[in-house]
Amino acid sequence: MSVPVRKTYKLYVGGKFPRSESGRVFQPASNDAVNVARGSRKDLRDAIGAARSGLAKWSGSTAYLRGQILYRLAEMLESRRDGMVQELRVGGVAPQAAQRELDHAIALTTWYAGLCDKAQSLLGSQNAVQGPFFNFSTIEPTGVIAVIAPEKPALVGTLALTLPLLVGGNAVVALVSEHAPFAGLALGEVMAASDVPAGAANLLSGHREELASECAKHRDIDGLLVAGPPDAALTEAAADNVKRVRFCDLSSAAWSKPERLRSLSWVEPFVETKTLWHPVAP
Amino acid sequence: MAKTENKSSVSRRGAGKRELSFGGKWQYAKAPESTDHVRIEDRYGLFIGGAWVRPKTGKYFATVNPATEKKLASVAQAGKKDVDTAVQAAKKALPAWRKLSGDDRARYLFRIARILQERAREFAVLETLDNGKPIKETRDVDVPLAAQHFFYHAGWADKLELLFPGEKPEPVGVVGQIIPWNFPLLMAAWKIAPALAAGNTVVIKPAETSPLTALRLCEVFEQAELPPGVVNVVTGDGSTGAHLVRHPDLNKVAFTGSTDVGKEIQKAVAGRSVDLTLELGGKAAHLVFEDAALDQAVEGVMRGIFFNQGHVCCAGSRLIVQESVHDLFVRKLKRRMGRIRVGDPLDKNTDMGAIHSSEQLRRIEGLVQSGVDEGASLFQPACELPRTGYWFAPTMFTGVTQSHRIAREEIFGPVLSVSTFRTPEEAVKKANDTSYGLSAGIWTDKGARILWMASRMRAGVIWNNTFNRFDAASPFGGYQESGFGREGGRQGLRAYVKLSSGLLPG
Repeated sequence: MSVPVRKTYKLYVGGKFPRSESGRVFQPASNDAVNVARGSRKDLRDAIGAARSGLAKWSGSTAYLRGQILYRLAEMLESRRDGMVQELRVGGVAPQAAQRELDHAIALTTWYAGLCDKAQSLLGSQNAVQGPFFNFSTIEPTGVIAVIAPEKPALVGTLALTLPLLVGGNAVVALVSEHAPFAGLALGEVMAASDVPAGAANLLSGHREELASECAKHRDIDGLLVAGPPDAALTEAAADNVKRVRFCDLSSAAWSKPERLRSLSWVEPFVETKTLWHPVAP
Repeated sequence: MAKTENKSSVSRRGAGKRELSFGGKWQYAKAPESTDHVRIEDRYGLFIGGAWVRPKTGKYFATVNPATEKKLASVAQAGKKDVDTAVQAAKKALPAWRKLSGDDRARYLFRIARILQERAREFAVLETLDNGKPIKETRDVDVPLAAQHFFYHAGWADKLELLFPGEKPEPVGVVGQIIPWNFPLLMAAWKIAPALAAGNTVVIKPAETSPLTALRLCEVFEQAELPPGVVNVVTGDGSTGAHLVRHPDLNKVAFTGSTDVGKEIQKAVAGRSVDLTLELGGKAAHLVFEDAALDQAVEGVMRGIFFNQGHVCCAGSRLIVQESVHDLFVRKLKRRMGRIRVGDPLDKNTDMGAIHSSEQLRRIEGLVQSGVDEGASLFQPACELPRTGYWFAPTMFTGVTQSHRIAREEIFGPVLSVSTFRTPEEAVKKANDTSYGLSAGIWTDKGARILWMASRMRAGVIWNNTFNRFDAASPFGGYQESGFGREGGRQGLRAYVKLSSGLLPG
């Protein structure tokens, strides 16, 4: 048997797979034999820039197309099942649990794929105002959203927080699990094969301690979605440009319940309602 | 999109050749609204737990009529203990109020709407006295819309299960609300009506300089026999608001006011899982294309910036005109501005009333001076301002660039800045060149362009071929640093309920 070809775990930024510009790596707690790129604040800024241009492409696509791209993501997860299960196992997940997590991830992806072209009708409205005006409200993406994914489950956690944002038309910069970044980073390879526009979703690995506060502070990030209990320091920093901030504090049991992670209410905090008025006249 | 104006008269007037003018010979006779039916107490306490109570601080402050600088009444300064008493009263009233059937909550709100309609004139006069805005506006806008907000939300109280697909919404709990001085009664209605419809109880702090109509609203609650403690009103300055947002027993804070204070509030509630909605400042772009119905656009621009003396967060303060019609449009604006009647707010013919406070007047004067200093051209029509009170003439700056302070900062006064664009792309770029994102206006005769423009402009409300329209059924609120959450419509009520699957607020 020949010597196995190992994989280098790199970031996913603007549709490319760079190492950290800092040249740093870290060894994750779940498997300290592996070196993983340790993203820096500069990497984060690069990812935000990529997200800003990805946002235009992603939010400018039709809802039908976005739905098809997310469905393609599910197809790619399915066709790379063995590889993705392997990434979970590198992060210390038992074989059967890894299979279950992958099933869960695929189902979650198809659920949100099918929501893309319905969110507008479900969250928008035509409004009956006094007077001769046509008045309607549509939803638009909030913009570039930073996600701090949970430590576990590494794959479902990253997807569950990222997919609702993508359904809303946002671009995402996600910091994947620090404990087990392998599956989260491999998601980038799946995205790259799914026609997700470059920059629409970006994945960073590194130390949460180092990058979370920078996500909260950065003025070109419009929203912040963090796994874990509410964190005053993050919200205080986020207030500088009135970011939309939400926390997702689920038990490990809840993370494994598909119905708990499928909700229009996860899309709604990161879309903006725009209301148009126009007179009606002959 | 439709032009209803007679084209031949437009072209003649547009050329400025023929115009019927009476000079100064035919002035409007005085038409003041009477005030004798409006009772104002010498001194107001706090409305807590359904009773009028003295503030524990023992302190009172004066609220004045901005048009005369005369004191109207003494109003209680609520301190930390008063705020706590009010929050405890709201907390005590919560279980029964949220458990009450939706039908019954609806009936209380319907009652409030009806009483407001019945006492509309009293409220309009009181609002004009305390705020300085013209009676025409309080009578036709503030009070009817306030009543509509209660009526609209009454109808939601028994239909919460229809609000959000797949959810059974629950009340959030005790809500702390802080409202500004520019639409005192209307803002109180915007805040209180959805909160109550959803089964929450409220502690609300009106603005220090315009508390009287919110206090009068408590009489309406009494007449409606609203259960004690469901709405509590604490008056005071910024320190009262600071005590309120920091109170540990609040489940939600709703704030309308400046972006700076909004950021402080977001920090103050950080980490407490308190729901938050912020309706903050704005610097709206008002775009006029060459193909627009220009005379209608002139009226829209007037309404956009001089309505309520420009004390409007969504005021159309940045007029951006297509270059080809700039000169013509500015001529028309100057002519129209010369016909604005500034003066006694109680006079039914008055278009523009008093600036709300001496503090606000100084801010406006300072920013207008910066416009002059930075090189923009100032225009103010000849207009006689009353000797007492706080007044500012309708003002327009032309030759304004994107970097001028008057083009970037919210003036909150009757000051319009004018610049130009050539292409729709440039118009979008200029309109979006701001950290705000509350509202915008577009005037063009081309429907496809309206939708193209509107989809690219980062603003929560976009008025097309109209401006400054409001309705209880229409969601209102901003993008970016103009805040988050909506008020009005289904989206507005959403901000007053908790969804079982929802993410946690920060």
